[in-house]
Amino acid sequence: MIEHVPLLAMEGIDKQFSGVPALVGASLSIDPGEVHALVGQNGAGKSTLIKILTGAYRKDAGMISFTGKSVEFTSPEAAQRGGISTIYQEINLIPFRSVTENIFLGRALKRYGLLNWSKMNEEAEALLRRFDVKIDVRQPLFAYNTAIQQMVSIARAVSFQAKLVIMDEPTSSLADHEVEVLNGVIRQLRGDGFSVVFVSHKLDELYAVCDRVTVMRDGRSVATARMADISKLELVATMLGRDLQTVKREGQTAFHGAGHASDRTLIVAEGLRVGTRVKDASLSVRAGEIAGLAGLLGSGRTEVARLIFGADQPDAGTITFDGKPVAFRQPIDAIAMGVGFCSEDRKVEGIVPDMSVRENLTLAILPRLARSGIIDEARQSEIVDDFVAKLGIKTTGPEQKIRELSGGNQQKVLLARWLCMNPKLLILDEPTRGIDVGGKADIQALIRALADSGLGVLMISSELEEVIEGSDRVFVLRDGRTVAELPRSAVSELAVMTAMAQGEATADGRVG
Amino acid sequence: MAVSDRPTAGAVPAIATELGPWLSRYGTLAALALLILFNLAVTRNFATWQTLNINLTQVATIVIVAVGMTLVIASGGIDLSVGSLMAIAAALAPLIFLNRIVTFPSLYLGVAIAFVVPVLLAGLFGLFNGWLITRYRVQPIVGTLILFIAGRGIAQSFTDSNQVIFSTPEFQFIGLGRFFGIPVQVIIMVVIVVLAAWVLRRTVFGKQILAIGGNEAAARLSGVRVDRIKQLVYAISGLCSGIAGLIVIARNSAADSNLVGLGVELDAIAAVAVGGTLLTGGRASVFATLIGALIIQLVRFTLLANGVPDAAALVVKAGLIILAVWLQRRVAT
Repeated sequence: MIEHVPLLAMEGIDKQFSGVPALVGASLSIDPGEVHALVGQNGAGKSTLIKILTGAYRKDAGMISFTGKSVEFTSPEAAQRGGISTIYQEINLIPFRSVTENIFLGRALKRYGLLNWSKMNEEAEALLRRFDVKIDVRQPLFAYNTAIQQMVSIARAVSFQAKLVIMDEPTSSLADHEVEVLNGVIRQLRGDGFSVVFVSHKLDELYAVCDRVTVMRDGRSVATARMADISKLELVATMLGRDLQTVKREGQTAFHGAGHASDRTLIVAEGLRVGTRVKDASLSVRAGEIAGLAGLLGSGRTEVARLIFGADQPDAGTITFDGKPVAFRQPIDAIAMGVGFCSEDRKVEGIVPDMSVRENLTLAILPRLARSGIIDEARQSEIVDDFVAKLGIKTTGPEQKIRELSGGNQQKVLLARWLCMNPKLLILDEPTRGIDVGGKADIQALIRALADSGLGVLMISSELEEVIEGSDRVFVLRDGRTVAELPRSAVSELAVMTAMAQGEATADGRVG
Repeated sequence: MAVSDRPTAGAVPAIATELGPWLSRYGTLAALALLILFNLAVTRNFATWQTLNINLTQVATIVIVAVGMTLVIASGGIDLSVGSLMAIAAALAPLIFLNRIVTFPSLYLGVAIAFVVPVLLAGLFGLFNGWLITRYRVQPIVGTLILFIAGRGIAQSFTDSNQVIFSTPEFQFIGLGRFFGIPVQVIIMVVIVVLAAWVLRRTVFGKQILAIGGNEAAARLSGVRVDRIKQLVYAISGLCSGIAGLIVIARNSAADSNLVGLGVELDAIAAVAVGGTLLTGGRASVFATLIGALIIQLVRFTLLANGVPDAAALVVKAGLIILAVWLQRRVAT
């Protein structure tokens, strides 16, 4: 083996947030002139690792060396001066300023103490020409599309004499042909000797441009490999923490609990498309079944759920509910038809933190509890007491503020918010995320019992065992497309992972 | 270590954890009680019916506007246009009952219409605020700034910027009249406060306002018609402003569109803040706003009654706001 000095070496990085470990001995090594993919599930520690590298966070332990010297950047600006530039998912430039100003922001060229605009414009044009971008650099940035804006970000990074460019999900808002252009730029950067860290969830893109990949899971760096040496299936299995050999040997997992799916189809969604995130998604849910919706991060799961609930409007596609075509303009239309939706992020989209358990639990049903707009408080209390007892919600009383409850109990309140409406279809986006083991089992059992009593459930989960053990059928999304519909008999870890990785799964769950 | 990446949780003194909730709940009430006790001891002729009426009359219009403001702030917004909407209602009303627009067969009909139409017009302008904010996603502070500026211009155009002087007791009873010795405007104020408090506490509409202010995304996903509720809230703020505008001109026997409601938006916001309602929305109490307005009024009265000039009273008012915000922050952490 040839001895070589990596451009960047991060080793044994630890980081805790309020005592909760986010990184445990994480490591990352980047060679000069390589494009390195960094992948992992939500919460695996990718962004924490990057923020430590760029000085946004401070590490608790570990060492970082860059160009052979030990470094510790104290701010993103310091990292930029040191040769590490970051291009974020949301482009962080100034839309109303010209392209040139954006490129030279913070290090303007001066002559006789005045800004030297002609020189800056010239250099900006030259920089962009390297990437085959020929635009008027005097125009404000917002005049150009996302892809061009991204090129400007990259040009800015390069003009800072960066040696390492970090791209955090750069393609998430790009159209397919724009992705091609970006890939060309990345190859060009590599050819010019720059190194790139590429964070993305889209496997095809990783294979198209990256040389090596580091997989993170639960705050650790669990594998580093050359892209050429690792199959997509192996990569997915590593991200999810599955041993491929074991999975293949065991074949199908055992099912817990029995499904009682009826033949009555509740909802059918076909050919849904919105923006660049959802391209062609189709699924259906029957009364009395749990339909699982699986897919890697960024595959469009939440977006599909929001389309079905009417929280967003599709660009194309049809939805049929109870045999009738529907177009939910806003959530209340879906609610009126008997659909409920527990969103992924309890804090951001679920609880109203300053309101009580009682008010949170009855938020959706409130209009039905009122006569001439006046709340029938007796009935309200009845419902709240009933569900607090039925779901075993641990609270000091219905007047307790919901933000004081544990995650599991908050989630139960949000489930009750919908259950008290007697819904026909319940969409659950990551119903057990961030909930301790006991609470998790409680909620899973509850979901099963609800389905058994005739409710249709669409369950999104990034935990493989939850989807596989919990679902009667599984739909797999990959890159915004439904790539597999697995009936109960075909649901297995291998089948689901194969579909996530390669976009196809044979009906009986075996590969090739 | 020079920089920490998270706010330090341990920096709040331990006393805040015990005293904090008590202060947030009863602090403003205690402050009001202290002020009254202080005045009973120091200010001459304080415990009289007349003193009470002076203070209540002076505070009534601000409270009425502040009630609308409380609802707007509860929904997570702000309304800067209230003063200009007061001026619009104030400029229009005398034109109606003085028969400057059309001649009414009876004075009572003219007066009745002069009560209804200007208030509704102010409400419509409030609805326009709400429409601007929900339809075009304009930030409330900018959206209502438009009518803050244009509204006064509209009011001035009604009267050609002239002061309209009148003496019409049939109209002016809302500013000068008394009912069992209580000024009519105080009764109107109390009715509005009680009604708004009841709406916030007992109706679907009230709970939905608070849900929107507390977490708009969650409210929408729970089937709250966010846009419609917000439009209604701004319309109500407009109605409250219209009523306040009529009371002001009834009291003054004159409508001066340049002066009616000038700066009232900040007085109303101050009353809400001193009352302890968070300006970030989601929590609100109309009674707290009433107490906040009473404290500001009483402090001003105390200083004036004891020979401190009005200019100094302004500084004390600012101090009160700082105190209220400081208390809120201690409680919030």
